[in-house]
Amino acid sequence: MGVEETLGNNIITTSLDKVVNWSRSRSLWPLTFGLACCAIEMMATGAARFDLDRFGVLFRASPRQADLIVIAGTVTKKMLPVIETVYEQMPEPRYVIAMGACACSGGIFDTYSTVQGVDESLPVDVYIPGCPPRPEGLLYGLMKLQEKIMKEQNSFGASLGVGERING
Amino acid sequence: MSVQAADKLKDKFGDTVLETIEFRGETTVVVKKEDIVAVCAFLKEELGFNFLTDLCSVDYMGQAPRFMVVYQLYNIGTHTQLRVKAPVEESDARIDTMCGVWGAANWMEREVWDLMGISFNNHPDPRRILMPDDWEGHPLRKDYPVQGPDREPYQDRTE
Amino acid sequence: MANFETMTINMGPQHPSTHGVLRLVLELDGEIVRKATPHVGYLHRGIEKLSEHRTYHQVLPLTDRLDYLAPMHNNLGYVLAVEKLLGITDQIPERAQVVRVLLAELTRLKSHLVWLACHALDIGAMTVFIYCFREREHIMNIYEKISGARMTSNYFRVGGLSADLPAGLEKEIRDFVNSMPEHIKTYEGLLTGNKIWQKRIKDVGVLSAEDAIDLGVTGPCLRASGVDWDLRRDQPYSGYENYDFEVVVDDGCDTWARYHCRLKEMREACKLIHQALDKLKPGPILADVPKVVLPPKQETANTIEGLIHHFKIISEGFKPDAGEVYVGVENPKGEVGYYLVSDGSPRPYRMKIRPACFINLQALPKMVEGSMIADVVAVIGTLDIVLGEIDR
Repeated sequence: MGVEETLGNNIITTSLDKVVNWSRSRSLWPLTFGLACCAIEMMATGAARFDLDRFGVLFRASPRQADLIVIAGTVTKKMLPVIETVYEQMPEPRYVIAMGACACSGGIFDTYSTVQGVDESLPVDVYIPGCPPRPEGLLYGLMKLQEKIMKEQNSFGASLGVGERING
Repeated sequence: MSVQAADKLKDKFGDTVLETIEFRGETTVVVKKEDIVAVCAFLKEELGFNFLTDLCSVDYMGQAPRFMVVYQLYNIGTHTQLRVKAPVEESDARIDTMCGVWGAANWMEREVWDLMGISFNNHPDPRRILMPDDWEGHPLRKDYPVQGPDREPYQDRTE
Repeated sequence: MANFETMTINMGPQHPSTHGVLRLVLELDGEIVRKATPHVGYLHRGIEKLSEHRTYHQVLPLTDRLDYLAPMHNNLGYVLAVEKLLGITDQIPERAQVVRVLLAELTRLKSHLVWLACHALDIGAMTVFIYCFREREHIMNIYEKISGARMTSNYFRVGGLSADLPAGLEKEIRDFVNSMPEHIKTYEGLLTGNKIWQKRIKDVGVLSAEDAIDLGVTGPCLRASGVDWDLRRDQPYSGYENYDFEVVVDDGCDTWARYHCRLKEMREACKLIHQALDKLKPGPILADVPKVVLPPKQETANTIEGLIHHFKIISEGFKPDAGEVYVGVENPKGEVGYYLVSDGSPRPYRMKIRPACFINLQALPKMVEGSMIADVVAVIGTLDIVLGEIDR
């Protein structure tokens, strides 16, 4: 809302935006951030049968080199500050996928120590329900995130420093 | 074999043994908390119960004594089990540590302190283990709400 | 003696090699670890407290999420504990017991495959990770055909099984288990003779037998230190006394011994699965205890007793006698036990889970102090920890 400085909406800038969006969405590098059971399904998705590498996905160990964080597993109150620290260390543009019922909304653990959904403190882009979601579910969520990234506007401008990215 | 162990305990310690229970083939011996280390050392050295399987606590809120500290023991040589329990009052929620007898008791006692609030005398490392260090309260007690003290009970689920 | 200053570094809870959210605070003197302190609790979900507010049937899915690499074993331990509390252990039909053993050993294979994959991946052998997960997909297919879920199966019930094995599955399991020895040979071919592998894990993480017993360590970590203790043989459950298998004991006390122990256990699991498949005969899968076990659908719909029992069991739950039991099963990680206290109500008064990995992790400082920091990664892998069980 309001007047945001962008590079304009002509054919050249939108095509450049599309190129930037296309390259970002086809090479998402997640952080290795498995917490609980969903992490095992994430590993299984990365393994040979449901290969994640064909999507351009390469798991990085350091948050400084990652642009996606897949919260896979239950978030507890003790772990929440750690997740926030790690999220802040990620450079923009960064995306969050909440994988599994526990990350989406606390899951079956409605207790004193479980955060009822990681969106209490992180802005989530895609929610993947399931306990644990099948690898196909994670792949579908990833593809939905790719569609969301493709709809962004002014990504080229934002990468040059002119204005912000606008979510489509 | 566990019944014989319970009988030998009674012969040696007399009044310390408050009760012996048989249920579903398992033997449980309830002893006074003051002599628990002596009882367990006797079980380990004389009767061969060299393996501490589990150390936990139960909150019998509404009864006196309120807490019960439970020790599950194995005898690896003769493949027998024995359970030893010690009642602990709420007003004096302390009991001697078992770390001198079995090293396995270290973390188990930390967990009992963390979740139930029973402290162990002379424990080498009395810190919380599962909850954050600045947590207030002992969650596994019966008067602690399952959803935590800062939330409304969901759909009037108060039991 | 020179004056050393140690450097304290933090490893985790977000770390690629800590197998979950484990935090280690290491005091280093150069590369040598002087002190290692594990900090756990980052995955504490309050399962024990939650189980006091659920009926006995409703607690079963919670147990799946404990050691999520061996879910059927957790289910089995819980179900055996409740059956012992009810006093119906000898009424479980034979087919249910055989299927329980069959699936427990398949789960052991599944868990050891993940152990090998992650242990090798941490030390640097990435191919083994891909191979092991490929085999694991076969087991997940079998799980899915049996219970509907790849991982968190929730298949056993108090009194037997929730549903019978689908037709044709026995052949699929047999084909898979026939192919497993070849695969294990492949893994050994990649690792055992490899000089790098040997140098990384020989004489690393030494734990003597006395220390292991004193610290309460169970499972392959105990058996690789020379102690001959396996709950399947020494405190048998679910008919294990009728099977012929070898308890793998090794005197090495180091990571190399544990590696060989678990590989051999995988082979023994294949043998046990063959024996279980041979013992499988048609028959009922649920005990005949109407107050506890759900009646078959025809009875629920057509007879009044069936309807009443179904209603009571679902809405209220069954009420065991007041008392307490402890049952331990031989999980792939060690002894997982359930201590159930009942006060006669339909909810457990107290459920304490004896977590094998929590107690095994206590041995980590002893195994790691004095070695190099790279050995810490090898020791975490060999202890085969699962944070879901440690933190519950």
